[in-house]
Amino acid sequence: MQLSKELFEPISMDLKQAEEIQRPSLSFWADVWRRLRGNKVAMISLAFIVILVLCAIFIPMFSEHNYYSTDLAGKNKKPSAEHWFGTDDLGRDMFIRIWYGARISLEVGVAAALVDLVIGVIWGGIAGFFGGKVDEIMMRIADILYAIPYLLVVILLMVIMDPGVVTIIIALSITGWIGMARIVRGQMMLLKAQEYVLAARSLGANNVRLIFKHLIPNALGPIIVTLSLSVPTAIFSESFLSFIGLGVSAPVASWGTMSSDGLSAMRYYPWRLMFPAVFISLTMLAFNLLGDGIRDAVDPRLRK
Amino acid sequence: MFRYLGKRILFMILSIFLIVTATFFIMKAVPGGPFTSEKNVPDEIKAALEAKYGLDKPVFQQYLDYLKGVVTWDLGPSFTEKSSTVNQIINRGFPVSAYLGIEALIIALFGGIILGIIAALKHTKWPDFTSMVIATIGLSVPSFILAAFLQYFFAIKLGWFPIAKWESFKYTVLPAVALSATPLAFIARLIRSNMIEVLSQDYIKTAKAKGLSTLTTTVKHAVRNALLPVITYLGPLLANILTGAFVIERIFGVPGLGREFVISITNRDYTVIMGTTVFYSIILVVLVLLVDIAYTLVDPRIKLGGTGKE
Amino acid sequence: MKKTVFALISSITMLSVAMAGCGAPGQSSSGEQSQGENSAASDSGSTEKKVLRMNFASEPPTADPGLAEDSTSGAVVRATFEGLTRLKDNKPIESAAEKIDVSEDGLTYTFHLRDAKWSNGDPVTAQDFEFAWKRVLDPKTAANYSYQLYYIKNGEKANKGEVSLDEVGVKALDDKTLEVKLENPTPYFLELTAFYTYFPVNKKVVESNPNWANEASTHVGNGPFKLVEWEHKNKLAIEKNENYWDKDNVKLDRVEFSMVNDSNTELQMYENGELDWAGAPLNSLPVDVVPALKEEGKVITQPIAGTYWYKFNTEQPPFNNVKIRKAFAYAINRQAIIDNILQLNQLPALGAVPQSMSLNPDGYFKDNDVETAKKLLAEGMQELGISKLPEITLSYNTDSNHEKIAQAIQDQWKKNLGVDVKLANTEWKVYIEDLHQGKFQIGRMGWLGDFNDPINFLELFKDKYGGNNDTRWENAQFKELLNQSALEKDPAKRKEILAQAEKIFVDEMPVAPIYFYTDSWVKQDYVKGVQVSGLGDIDFKWADIEK
Repeated sequence: MQLSKELFEPISMDLKQAEEIQRPSLSFWADVWRRLRGNKVAMISLAFIVILVLCAIFIPMFSEHNYYSTDLAGKNKKPSAEHWFGTDDLGRDMFIRIWYGARISLEVGVAAALVDLVIGVIWGGIAGFFGGKVDEIMMRIADILYAIPYLLVVILLMVIMDPGVVTIIIALSITGWIGMARIVRGQMMLLKAQEYVLAARSLGANNVRLIFKHLIPNALGPIIVTLSLSVPTAIFSESFLSFIGLGVSAPVASWGTMSSDGLSAMRYYPWRLMFPAVFISLTMLAFNLLGDGIRDAVDPRLRK
Repeated sequence: MFRYLGKRILFMILSIFLIVTATFFIMKAVPGGPFTSEKNVPDEIKAALEAKYGLDKPVFQQYLDYLKGVVTWDLGPSFTEKSSTVNQIINRGFPVSAYLGIEALIIALFGGIILGIIAALKHTKWPDFTSMVIATIGLSVPSFILAAFLQYFFAIKLGWFPIAKWESFKYTVLPAVALSATPLAFIARLIRSNMIEVLSQDYIKTAKAKGLSTLTTTVKHAVRNALLPVITYLGPLLANILTGAFVIERIFGVPGLGREFVISITNRDYTVIMGTTVFYSIILVVLVLLVDIAYTLVDPRIKLGGTGKE
Repeated sequence: MKKTVFALISSITMLSVAMAGCGAPGQSSSGEQSQGENSAASDSGSTEKKVLRMNFASEPPTADPGLAEDSTSGAVVRATFEGLTRLKDNKPIESAAEKIDVSEDGLTYTFHLRDAKWSNGDPVTAQDFEFAWKRVLDPKTAANYSYQLYYIKNGEKANKGEVSLDEVGVKALDDKTLEVKLENPTPYFLELTAFYTYFPVNKKVVESNPNWANEASTHVGNGPFKLVEWEHKNKLAIEKNENYWDKDNVKLDRVEFSMVNDSNTELQMYENGELDWAGAPLNSLPVDVVPALKEEGKVITQPIAGTYWYKFNTEQPPFNNVKIRKAFAYAINRQAIIDNILQLNQLPALGAVPQSMSLNPDGYFKDNDVETAKKLLAEGMQELGISKLPEITLSYNTDSNHEKIAQAIQDQWKKNLGVDVKLANTEWKVYIEDLHQGKFQIGRMGWLGDFNDPINFLELFKDKYGGNNDTRWENAQFKELLNQSALEKDPAKRKEILAQAEKIFVDEMPVAPIYFYTDSWVKQDYVKGVQVSGLGDIDFKWADIEK
């Protein structure tokens, strides 16, 4: 067989292409998102939260009922076609009140959780990472804030600020982050002694990079779990703060307020407790399952 | 270690001093006093009352007097409960709250750790979901609702336990369970989350490869390493539940210390506010220190007082 | 450092359990209990002891009659002490006093004491009364309720340190005779002597032990019962006092008080047979349960001397205009609020003075008079020269009942008058301060009478800056009528004068009255004879258990 030169053609392709990776390159977060999408439970939870938010925004706009109109003769009515969730002790439609309540509770819960997250992680991260005097001073400040009677501070706040959602969030932020800071600090102290930190350091990583790229992601598990406690704590603290006059004033009511109001009616008008309590629990469940999903998606060791 | 402890104790004393100072001045800044009442009495009576309790002195003098009281542990008389001193109130209430708190803590620790381990070992299988749903409900149903449910089913419907009051052990069960729910759920979640991480670590694989049983691996290696955040959480938790839980005490009629923290403030019972705050902060700072010491026991790699650079 | 964490945690736990051992329930700190039970059992003729089980919403702040100022302390003190008079069916009857002489001018009372003993066996003397009253008036005692004794000559001056205590108009003429001089003829003075601030204390006991009232073991009284057990914050028990002069009429052997604050828990304990009584006057019935209880026909309701009202700040527009104040007051549907929110047969308040001492039972205006209200609002706005009302805030202190009422009234004003009103609630003591300082537009308040006389409710508004006026309203004619009433000895004429004053008050409407209080409770059928007075005071002297 005679092979002539004509039979061969040079590959027109660039040599560089040989080096190309078949799989599209993904950023860290895109990768997380990809894995999260594969997690059915997490996606159902996410969908639930989205629907909840949409309902809270739109249902009050299009409802024939409003949250404040009382109908004393029609109080404590069972759920019916007219009032899907029944009526409360002043004859107001529970269904619409649940959605107005969702606005406040979700707003407060999410905002408080974010504040806890940001302040707590930074505070605890710095204290735990540097240790020594820095740690001592920062953590003692946290102890001091934690030990000053909260109710007293709240009453003082009430005197100097106008009641409202913002005031509530500020009040919740005073001490809310301390638990998070403690947990993060503990994790930092544990993690900073691990080999990969030493490795990263010898590769020239600076402190900021070490904390936020290496240590915090590895502490994500406890952080997410702690966040899952922040949200319900915030929702119920809101009802307490509103009750003593710091938060939203009546007739607007949050889920927390509605469930405390419904408590004494538990035996006779169970729907007054049931609906707000079920909504709080379902929302919490969704946030928690989503949180777990995110954690699993972020943790490279759980990659399969 | 001893040098560290010495330094640490100095910081603790400084913290308590700052807490007392801040609380004192916030308390004075809050409107209303111990003798503000619905029925306004003539100014002369108010003045006589204030003179009797030393509230007519300049605020700074009151503050110094108070500091002296804290140092000598003589916290003064209660303004509202005229038959008791603050020391008596603490001495009576604390043992009750501590008893209830310890009982709740034991339930929370054992329940939480077991639930967490089961969930972690069966990660993403049904036992995991079941325990996490239980834990989430535990977190999202506040203690006052749980307490009312427990009271209704176990005391009224089934008659297994008394409804309220504080007489013998069986009176303590329902309040302890109600009090333990949130910490139990939280501990379960912490344990699960950390266990999952720990279980994927190389040393667990090594242990397994050596042929150790799942049980041994779990208990000897994994749980121990998953405990750190739990210990962190335990310090403040213990301080809180040892000094009582207002809502649970109210619902179950428990004569604990928890209500003093709330009621003294609504009554502006200055001496009780200060006394309970001082007492609480001492317990808190001590427990926080114990937590830090516990860290080094869990993981010998952790160094207290270090600079973070090795 | 090889120890496991479990070991650490368990050792901490064990240590703490050991430490908390003293908190274990069941270890009663007071040893009086068994002793008390024995003595009562041996004396009562029947085989079964008669024990009444009650509940206090809170620890009684004191068991000293001179320092008591709340209903819980009042209940303890009324059971363990005896005044010169005691209320039975709302009428004062002679108690520690056997015979009472009143001078012609109504200014001097002479009390002749009967032979009676303190629970420790000492005789009750007139000196004990004199000592007790002067002790309350002594500024050094700093008794908050000392003003209850201002009816006595020089009482107020002595309390304010202007004259010495020796000049106070109370004097023991001998061991059994007490002479009292008053500032003004006070037609209700014998009701006052049934009030706990007027109770005697054992001079010897008080002088020898300043903390005598703090524990059951050192407490000495002269009442139908004696304090036998006081485990602070947990329980309290009283037992029949064998030294009591009228012990034959005391049927109960023992009354036990638990201290459960939560009203739902209290009711459940009652339904479970652990308590004999739930609700007022020592606690309240949970509102949501009331309809069911009423259906079972269990609820007992009694009006008490108290008015729930909304105060207007009469110095600030728009409520400086009387027509606007009236419009807001008329546009409230009180009956609807009572029937649907309060549910305990409260009475709509159409005047200031409650039913039990009423000057005009028909009221001074119509409930839910929307037509007149609308008209008045329009006129009032014209007078002020405004076409739109400024922002109006209704304030109340933190409480779920106040909140419900405020929401209902807010909605009624919106529907009836077309006004938008904002609600604001505040923590109790902050609220009181705000109200006293005039930092409010419309503010909720309630007033409970100390004794059964209309003056209780009118006097508040006598002076613009009076301690409890808050509305900054003042009226010369009103003031003059009140001054006249203090000097008038004839009860019928006095009532007439006070009725005129109330009419002026309602015409000017510095407050919008909402309802008159009632006390409602449930009790086991075998509980008899517990007296709840028109002031909401509970008395166990004549109580009995008939099983």
